[in-house]
Amino acid sequence: MLKRMTRLVSGARQLDPGRFLHGEPQAPQSLAAHLDNQVPDESPRATSCTSEDDPVRTFNEACLMVRKPALELLRYLKNTNFAHPAVRYVLCALDGETGTGKTLSLCHVIHFCAKQDWLILHIPDAHLWVKNCRGLLQSAYNKLRFDQPVEASSWLKDFKTANERFLSQIKVQEKYVWNKRESTEKGRPLGEVVEQGLTRVKNATDAVGIVLKELKSQSGSGAFRLLVAVDGVNALWGRTTLRREDKSPMAPEELALVHGLRKMVRNDWHGGAIVLTLSQTGSLFKPRKAYLPQELLGKEGFDALDPFIPILVSNYSPEEFESCVQYYLENSWLQHEKAQTQEGKKELLFLSNANPGQLERLCAYL
Amino acid sequence: MAAPCVSCGAAASYRLFLGGGVSLARRQGVWKAAAAELQTGAGFQILRLRHTTGVTTKKNVAALRRETYTVDFIKKQIEEFNIGKRHLANMMGEDPETFTQEDIDEAYGKLLEAEKHQNQLQAKGLFSEKTKTKNLIGSRWLIKEELEEMLVEKLSDQDYAQFIRLLERLLTLYGGAEEEFVQRFRRSVTIQSKKQLIEPVQYDEQGMAFSTSEGKRKSAKAEAVVYEHGSGKIKVNGIDYLLYFPVTQDREQLMFPFCFLDRLGEHDVTCTVSGGGRSSQAGAIRLAVARALCSFVTKEEVEWMRQAGLLTADPRVRERKKPGQEGARRKFTWKKR
Repeated sequence: MLKRMTRLVSGARQLDPGRFLHGEPQAPQSLAAHLDNQVPDESPRATSCTSEDDPVRTFNEACLMVRKPALELLRYLKNTNFAHPAVRYVLCALDGETGTGKTLSLCHVIHFCAKQDWLILHIPDAHLWVKNCRGLLQSAYNKLRFDQPVEASSWLKDFKTANERFLSQIKVQEKYVWNKRESTEKGRPLGEVVEQGLTRVKNATDAVGIVLKELKSQSGSGAFRLLVAVDGVNALWGRTTLRREDKSPMAPEELALVHGLRKMVRNDWHGGAIVLTLSQTGSLFKPRKAYLPQELLGKEGFDALDPFIPILVSNYSPEEFESCVQYYLENSWLQHEKAQTQEGKKELLFLSNANPGQLERLCAYL
Repeated sequence: MAAPCVSCGAAASYRLFLGGGVSLARRQGVWKAAAAELQTGAGFQILRLRHTTGVTTKKNVAALRRETYTVDFIKKQIEEFNIGKRHLANMMGEDPETFTQEDIDEAYGKLLEAEKHQNQLQAKGLFSEKTKTKNLIGSRWLIKEELEEMLVEKLSDQDYAQFIRLLERLLTLYGGAEEEFVQRFRRSVTIQSKKQLIEPVQYDEQGMAFSTSEGKRKSAKAEAVVYEHGSGKIKVNGIDYLLYFPVTQDREQLMFPFCFLDRLGEHDVTCTVSGGGRSSQAGAIRLAVARALCSFVTKEEVEWMRQAGLLTADPRVRERKKPGQEGARRKFTWKKR
């Protein structure tokens, strides 16, 4: 449940000013937090003034709470052996709870990897690619598939700002012909492909496909490490709300973006890691109570993702809850006089049942 | 002069009777004077009586001069007097046929004495109000319909009011002498029992103390099991309450009993609920939880909960739709033509 995702520019070694990127909106959640005492070796608060709306602007900073699932994941990532195929980690919630912090844990991991200089391939919300898209074009590359110029170009923009450093480093290994007049030669930097996609919106999807292919093939070489982070990965195997011109429904495979992403998420490459999140809130045609990976992904998706490491993200523990409320109080977010008292905190705990999303919504008007 | 005498005497006695039970003493002397005047008066067809009441206003005098008494009027008055004489005889317990003028005078004498006696007693303050209130607590007078049923005769509202007044007056006399008689006309009213049913505390296998109770709201029924020592978890139909009640308002309803008793994180609850909608299910669980909590809590706190309305089942139910109207209250759109 994220309103705006923030991605840190990998070049922001000095903590401010880092430029924050905007992902696609999904649902509101404030980036509430402060660092717990649990993690002394993590990077301290990243502060920057951004032009984001609500949560970050209100607090003038973007903070993540460091929590156990994220820590666990980071530990695995630190110990990955890059010679092996990429390991898939799936963040899921226990027992149908929503708003437990899966997306923000993902953000945390991304931030960490960015600090470590990995190449981040982040799709903020895969559900946005399969629902309510306008402007579907038939793909030039493959007649059977469909392009989504809008989504592709916006993603390319984000990708560019995230990984600028790498775009000049990575070289394209094949020649790609866009149309009669334009083509990208072999050995040109990847940045050119991205530029091409941005300027010629019609070719944006193909550009995305090329980027993905290149990154996949080159990540094994060891020049950089690749992190693939997809939020709401169950969208790739569900149904779409898009229809063809003859009003027949479209399967996700027919979308070029989805096709490329599926290939990416397959662990037949090495030199990086894949971190995924399951999300019911944005998913299409799935009942509200469905939370198991099997239910949300469907049989096909489950088989495709099959060996993966599930990481449970659950509600706040008492200490985490305390620290969250402390953070709100420090920033004078909770104005109710009872909020500072013990009874007030107990009431908040009861009403939100230590669910981060619920707590945030409750405190929104306190 | 028998006829005039009788008529005069009749008139005099009649006037006497008209005066009623109150302040007869004052009038007696007056009537005697009037009777004397009548006897000396002339004219048989038309009798001009002078009403000398205690207060003579100018208006009265002016009206009297023009007043004439016809024979019919006098005959009517005589009839009324006779009826009154019979009533008086009944009252005194004598035979109406043979009730003579002397008997009338005697009766009035007795009545006057009784009144004088009562006045004396009242002046002495012998009448206590306390017994009256004691008898009246916890009971009510018969309502008019019930009284009609009892007496098998129709009553008017004034009769009923008079009856109640007389009974109350009777109670004040002589410290409630005719209590049983009066109590026949009263019905007891059950006092609202303020005692709450407190559920017994049960113990399950592990020795955990818990208590069960039920609650209802609209058409939702809930049964709650509250464990004494816990961490504040609530499970509804096996589902966590956060997932079962996504709306904050419902969760606030669940929170209210605990919050009121300041026991927010101390009890575990497992409950089952069925029927109704989301709000009524929340209300039903709230009632069940409050009732179950009674067994873990002191008596004063139970009383506080009762006063806060936590232990009362909400009697509001959906009102029936009436024919000729669109809903229970909403009428069809009124069209002028």
